[in-house]
Amino acid sequence: MAKTKTYEEINEKIKSGKVTVVTAEEIIPMVKEEGPAAVLEKVDVVTTATFGPMCSSGLFLNFGHSDPPIKMSKVWLNDVPAYAGVAAVDAYLGATELSESQGAAYGGAHVIEELVAGKKVKLKAIAGGTDCYPRREIETTVGLEDLNQAYLFNPRNAYQNYAVAVNSTGRPLHTYMGTLLPKFGNATYSTAGELSPLLNDPYYEVIGIGTRILLGGGEGYVAWEGTQHNPAQKRNENGTPVGAAGTLAVIGDLRGMKPDYLRAAVFHKYGVSLYVGIGIPIPLLNEEIVQRVGVSNEELTATVFDYGVPHRSRPALGVVSYADLRSGKIKINNRTIPTAPLSSLYKARQIAAELKEKIINGGFLLTAPVAKLPFRDGVKPLREEVK
Amino acid sequence: MAKKRVVLTFPPELTEKPITYHLVKDYDLSINILRAKITPGEEGKLVLELSNGSEEMIKKGLDFLVKQGVGVEAVSREISLTEEECIHCGACTAVCQPGALRIDPESARLCFDKEQCIVCELCVSACPLGIIKVLF
Repeated sequence: MAKTKTYEEINEKIKSGKVTVVTAEEIIPMVKEEGPAAVLEKVDVVTTATFGPMCSSGLFLNFGHSDPPIKMSKVWLNDVPAYAGVAAVDAYLGATELSESQGAAYGGAHVIEELVAGKKVKLKAIAGGTDCYPRREIETTVGLEDLNQAYLFNPRNAYQNYAVAVNSTGRPLHTYMGTLLPKFGNATYSTAGELSPLLNDPYYEVIGIGTRILLGGGEGYVAWEGTQHNPAQKRNENGTPVGAAGTLAVIGDLRGMKPDYLRAAVFHKYGVSLYVGIGIPIPLLNEEIVQRVGVSNEELTATVFDYGVPHRSRPALGVVSYADLRSGKIKINNRTIPTAPLSSLYKARQIAAELKEKIINGGFLLTAPVAKLPFRDGVKPLREEVK
Repeated sequence: MAKKRVVLTFPPELTEKPITYHLVKDYDLSINILRAKITPGEEGKLVLELSNGSEEMIKKGLDFLVKQGVGVEAVSREISLTEEECIHCGACTAVCQPGALRIDPESARLCFDKEQCIVCELCVSACPLGIIKVLF
């Protein structure tokens, strides 16, 4: 019978200092040369990571009660509006929300970045006033240490694969995929490829609800399926999807996170986003899992889309491998197009290495998912009523 | 090889004269046009990289331009990158056509080769962290 391992066995090895951990890049030549059975014998955990712009991110906050108390109906942090339609002093600050005084140059992501860096931010809130919450306005400054809770809750992070963007039009396009030069002048992509979490667990076997992760350099968890989670995406023979597929909703205390792994970004003429660093361990429980983490950039593909077409369904122009994309140029319809990444492989490697160290040093135990991510048909379009 | 980058300002009456021709023909300068905006009858701007075996010939060529009434200024602008803030995402490399900004395939770090930079400034707005600036 083929060998298997359990989470308990791996955690025992972590506690006794006998665990063997490698990154998702390091495992690839091992699997290719020695085969899954031999690798399963000697390696227990593979660390995966990604560091890319993830717009669907934000921060839940509880400010504590002032005296006299206020039921905040509108809240601003450094002039960036936060959603206050929850209890009296709770709010949610979205990463892409823009400043009312600085516009597109500053947004929710910048406020999050400042809080993580230990800086104070200006809090302003207004209210209608009630018998139990008589106060109608407040203006003060708050830092991370003043808040009762400040936790990231990112509804959609760690996309399992994504599009490659090109521009067929005659003018430059400014998009969330960066600046796309006219007439197929460049192609941009955003993934950590063979190091990316969900490309190493294509069928969501070990990454599920409750999985402990590194989020922004601190400890976090997978909370739920991410928004637009789409397991039904077409897949390659090795199980990996050919385009945008699964996603994760993640949660974690902002205290404990590091400015290095959470960075505010401005995409020119598009808006504000947040670069989020995520590291996820994959326990090698059986040979199938080893086989899947052994998949390399040569075997991972992405679909090229023309962002010059302003429709939901953009025309697909072809399929390329991540090895092609990393090489600096791709060939589409006999045209050679220079490529550029938007997600940082350098940072992803740092995160995978840091997670590896933490596990080896006994500072990070693995958790089995308490429930699996759903595997069903995914994304519906927004229907409009015909008048 | 001696090299010099200059910004040339052509008064309206000179925009129709083949002045760069003389730089090539009479002064043996190799000319790389980095940017150009010439409309007949209006003031024109030309950013050139001049190269030749000797500094002397470049100087003589530039003296000739001045005598013709062309404004000559050395390119003093340069692109500056705050490296310690860089996250090595690569967004700037997407717009850098001369390849001055590129991600090293081994280290996955951003490398900036100032020699290749033509100061087109496209990277300034392409950088999501706003850490690429133009220095004057």
